[in-house]
Amino acid sequence: MINFQLPDFSPALPEMFLLGMTCIVLIVDLFLNDRTRLVTYFLAQVALLGTLMITLNTVSLDVQTTFSGVFIRDPMSDVLKIAVYTAAFVTFLYAKDYLRDRGILKGEFYVLGLFGVLGMMVLISAHNFLTVYLGLELLSLSMYAMVALQRDSAVASEAAMKYFILGAIASGMLLYGMSIIYGITGSLDLSEMAAQISTQKSHILMAFGLVFMIVGIAFKLGAVPFHMWLPDVYHGAPTAVTLYIASAPKIAAFAMLMRLLIDGLYGMHEQWQGILIILAVLSMGVGNILAIAQTNIKRMLAYSTISHVGFLILGALTGTQNGFAASMFYTLSYVLMALGGFGMIILMSRKGFEADKLEDYKGLNQRSPWYALMMLILMFSMAGVPPFLGFWAKLAVLEEVVAAGHVWLAIVGVIFSIIGAFYYIRVVKLMYFDKADVSEPLSSSLDMRLMISLNSLAVLFLGIFPSGMLNMCLLSVPG
Amino acid sequence: MIALSDVLILAAILFCLSVAGIFINRKNVIILLMAVELMLLAVNMNFIAFSYFLGDIAGQVFVFFIMTVAAAEAAIGLAILVVLFRNKRTINVDDLDSMKG
Repeated sequence: MINFQLPDFSPALPEMFLLGMTCIVLIVDLFLNDRTRLVTYFLAQVALLGTLMITLNTVSLDVQTTFSGVFIRDPMSDVLKIAVYTAAFVTFLYAKDYLRDRGILKGEFYVLGLFGVLGMMVLISAHNFLTVYLGLELLSLSMYAMVALQRDSAVASEAAMKYFILGAIASGMLLYGMSIIYGITGSLDLSEMAAQISTQKSHILMAFGLVFMIVGIAFKLGAVPFHMWLPDVYHGAPTAVTLYIASAPKIAAFAMLMRLLIDGLYGMHEQWQGILIILAVLSMGVGNILAIAQTNIKRMLAYSTISHVGFLILGALTGTQNGFAASMFYTLSYVLMALGGFGMIILMSRKGFEADKLEDYKGLNQRSPWYALMMLILMFSMAGVPPFLGFWAKLAVLEEVVAAGHVWLAIVGVIFSIIGAFYYIRVVKLMYFDKADVSEPLSSSLDMRLMISLNSLAVLFLGIFPSGMLNMCLLSVPG
Repeated sequence: MIALSDVLILAAILFCLSVAGIFINRKNVIILLMAVELMLLAVNMNFIAFSYFLGDIAGQVFVFFIMTVAAAEAAIGLAILVVLFRNKRTINVDDLDSMKG
């Protein structure tokens, strides 16, 4: 007689609810036509809000694992999941009008978006190579399809193909690394693996597997030299999809880094620290310098993403609890700013006009002083000007890097940030000191305008009072 | 008797072949998709070999998941390929260069 015990479902309740809701959205959408399509949008938002409520109800400081240890619920997963829901909610709101104007407001965007959120949740709560892989693939497959959503656009399908091929290579590399590490430690479970590594003496093959795994993680984060897909995908995809890809999945990629390198392979800290230093320096350098040469703002923000990823890695490579907290703070701040930045591009665009050239922002101050101010807040925050949120994020990371004894790394980070400030401030100069080519005011719906103002003001507000968010990060990262 | 190292070397050769197939091939996107599948099969071979020699079933279970995901991945890849061909009338890798910078 086989003794079968029912696993404890309660830690995975948000995931199960979201899966059910997504299937309902998928079915309901079949019975809608283009005029009633907004029902899909509202249902998708309800699904996210419901998932948020369930997660909020189960927030606690203790750690639970379930399903034979493949799934973990800890404070970090709660905080990151709540951030993912928020980012997805804001993304869906910004995307609605953009998609409708271009005739691609189909159920697919929301269903794929929700499945992507589910993938991120699984990845955030992963405690086994299997769940890491499945969460990652659920997220990636949804995103490949979303990039190709605009079926009649040549650049979008080209971007989707590039993303797919490079993403598949990254998954293959990650899996190859996982297979080798599995072979040496004899376990797929992250904590058993960590226990094995602490007792065994280090094996040369372990380092071999580790390199492959870091290549996979770096691909997903978009760190140099594995960033080739990122500018093309951001440029080619419809702006609404770029917004999705640029925001919440960065949180999931950070979670993947934390789970694999800190929960699983922390015993090999000395080995992976060296690799991450190279990735971080190259990302900050290449990202900031190439961004200067761009004329397309989506491409410019893509290179800026690469440089921000460099900073994120900088925090994680310290290997201290404070360093991870700083890195998490940086990730969350960056996602908030990226939402605002790409949201502004959507706000500026209308049917037949993408607003993705830098010169489209000329004289925005004359056309709409309020949104020029919002964009100014976002750009200054990304550049790291006090008192905005981006400044505190950069400061927190640099402090931890210095505390861990890598003073030269902090200096390199500061130098590249200063170089990077040039292209953010160029946008501000275009908005305030150049004359507008067109004088018509911006037109967009009320919810969009409210949300973008809220988003930018949140960057300002959290910049003036950063301690709450920073303490939350400190409290939630694993020690 | 086949030793663990034999299987690992075979898997490594398959993996290198697939990577070479991706980076050397400049002609056809379909060959890229085939190379990606080969890469996953190399990984599967690794997992099965380790699983057999460790006497641990988890590695073989992982292989089932990889195969399932690989099928879904191929479906999405081919769907993107069809969209790409409709828009550009070509699946030549060298022609995927409309975005620069």
